[in-house]
Amino acid sequence: MEALININKLNLFYGAFHALKDVTLTIPEKAITAFIGPSGCGKSTLLRTLNRMNDMIPGTRIEGGLSIGGTEIYSNEVDVETLRKKVGMVFQQPNPFPKSIYDNIAYGPRLHGITSKKELDEIVETSLKSAVLWDEVKDHLKRSAFGLSGGQQQRLCIARALAVNPNILLMDEATSALDPISTLKIEELVQELKDRYTIVMVTHNMHQAARVSNQTVFFLNGEVIEYSDTEKLFSNPADQRTEDYISGRFG
Amino acid sequence: MPRQEALTVRQSQTESKQELYNFKNKRVSVMNKLMPVLLFLCASVSVLTTIGIVITLITETYQFFQKIPIFDFLFGTKWSPLIPPKSFGVLPLLSGTLMITFIACLVAIPIGLASAIYLSEYAPKKVRKVIKPILEVLAGVPTIVYGYFALSLITPLIQKVFDSAGVFNALSAGIVVGIMIIPMVCSLSEDAMSAVPRSLRDGAYALGATRLEVALRIVVPAAFSGIVASAVLAFSRAIGETMIVTVAAGSTPNMTVNPLDSIQTMTAYIVQVSLGDTPHGTVEYGSIFAVGMTLFVITFLLNILAQFIARKFREEY
Ligand SMILES: Nc1ncnc2c1ncn2[C@@H]1O[C@H](COP(=O)(O)OP(=O)(O)OP(=O)(O)O)[C@@H](O)[C@H]1O
Ligand SMILES: [Mg+2]
Repeated sequence: MEALININKLNLFYGAFHALKDVTLTIPEKAITAFIGPSGCGKSTLLRTLNRMNDMIPGTRIEGGLSIGGTEIYSNEVDVETLRKKVGMVFQQPNPFPKSIYDNIAYGPRLHGITSKKELDEIVETSLKSAVLWDEVKDHLKRSAFGLSGGQQQRLCIARALAVNPNILLMDEATSALDPISTLKIEELVQELKDRYTIVMVTHNMHQAARVSNQTVFFLNGEVIEYSDTEKLFSNPADQRTEDYISGRFG
Repeated sequence: MPRQEALTVRQSQTESKQELYNFKNKRVSVMNKLMPVLLFLCASVSVLTTIGIVITLITETYQFFQKIPIFDFLFGTKWSPLIPPKSFGVLPLLSGTLMITFIACLVAIPIGLASAIYLSEYAPKKVRKVIKPILEVLAGVPTIVYGYFALSLITPLIQKVFDSAGVFNALSAGIVVGIMIIPMVCSLSEDAMSAVPRSLRDGAYALGATRLEVALRIVVPAAFSGIVASAVLAFSRAIGETMIVTVAAGSTPNMTVNPLDSIQTMTAYIVQVSLGDTPHGTVEYGSIFAVGMTLFVITFLLNILAQFIARKFREEY
């Protein structure tokens, strides 16, 4: 597997707080990478640096290198909107827009200039199909997205992210607000998506990381303690702290 | 003996249990019954006042229409209640009122909305913390001050640009009424926009939306019902505004579309008559109630319209 994202000695500060410390990491293309670690260790923070959502938080400072496909994303020439179009994101709480199912999916494509009804219809259909939601909603696309269940809403958000045709999909504890069956559906969905997308997911559920991901990264206090093949990390961790965490001794 | 002891212990245990689970606290239940009554009385004060006002309006208006046919009032184009030949056509007052309101809304809604968008989507926290209270203070400035502001600052400016503008003109008053209600529009729309959850904005940003796109295509639609409410409130404030128009727009009931002319609004007319020595019971006296009633009906309909619009366009989140 080829590395798509290269993170090199990345440091991030929230004001005076040093949230990421010398993070060095590569993330392979068309595979699933899972971030695990105790609460507050910086998983979401690192995830948000990948699509520069941290820019929105006042007082954030970043040092070090972070390149995607060879482009330094924190260089001045980078257009943040184009970057975010290529690096989609799904959040912990499903956050559909207060619009119809159709308009939720079409929002992104419209934003990026697609106006033809035919084209939009097509995008809506393929995105919903990719997110395995099409069969459930195809007959009432004009209904409000709020009428969907939590799990359906989360798949809608995934479809919405896919609709702008990203290469990378970031998921921050995307299943933690869902029931086990919806969780399972989304895990299956993620498995399917990995052939076409590079997926980075944060999870608190170690079983999920073990089940779903190809590579796992273990964080502690803003540092990457270790990252490797998921199988290796869970069966034979190199660091004692990883071992302690995955065996449930802390965190 | 030990057996009896054991029994008493047991008894005291049951007693304490009863105390522990005693839900019958009389004092509290009396308070609980009394409180709603008290609160209801307080609430009725405003309701009763409103009812009283409406009854007065209706009886006086009814008496007025005994003397002046309602058709002449509603569709007459000449308003000359004090100088003979007397005429009671309300349209000039209505057109004057609507012109002021229209100009005011033209000023207040775009500027108020734009500043609300700035405050809620662009302004750093510190700026917002400073500007919000200032806006609230501005909303509390007595309107007579705005009236003189219109007369001494805006009118001369207008006269410099348009030669034909009089000392009293609708444009100046309209603009200043607009300036007066900007803080209200801004503050209320900003509240509505700030109430839109962060997660919706994040969702849009994550799709590659710019700040402006997030503001216009996520925040404004989601806050739309609040924004409409603020616009309608602005509209009714403008319709009901009295001091500024009395000072700056003149007192010439004039059926005109030229904003540079002097006009009279309904409220300004009511002030004029109430301040004069028009005897109680005359037609002129009755006319202020008819005009007041017209004003009341208009604002009432507006409020209903606002609620309808707000409900129709509500985006739940
Ligand atoms: N906006 C912020 N301002 C200041 N500090 C922040 C901010 N966001 C996060 N932090 C801090 O940075 C650290 C890392 O936070 P982050 O959200 O990345 O943790 P996490 O690993 O995702 O935790 P969790 O598993 O609970 O979601 C925490 O100590 C947190 O308090
Ligand atoms: Mg997190």
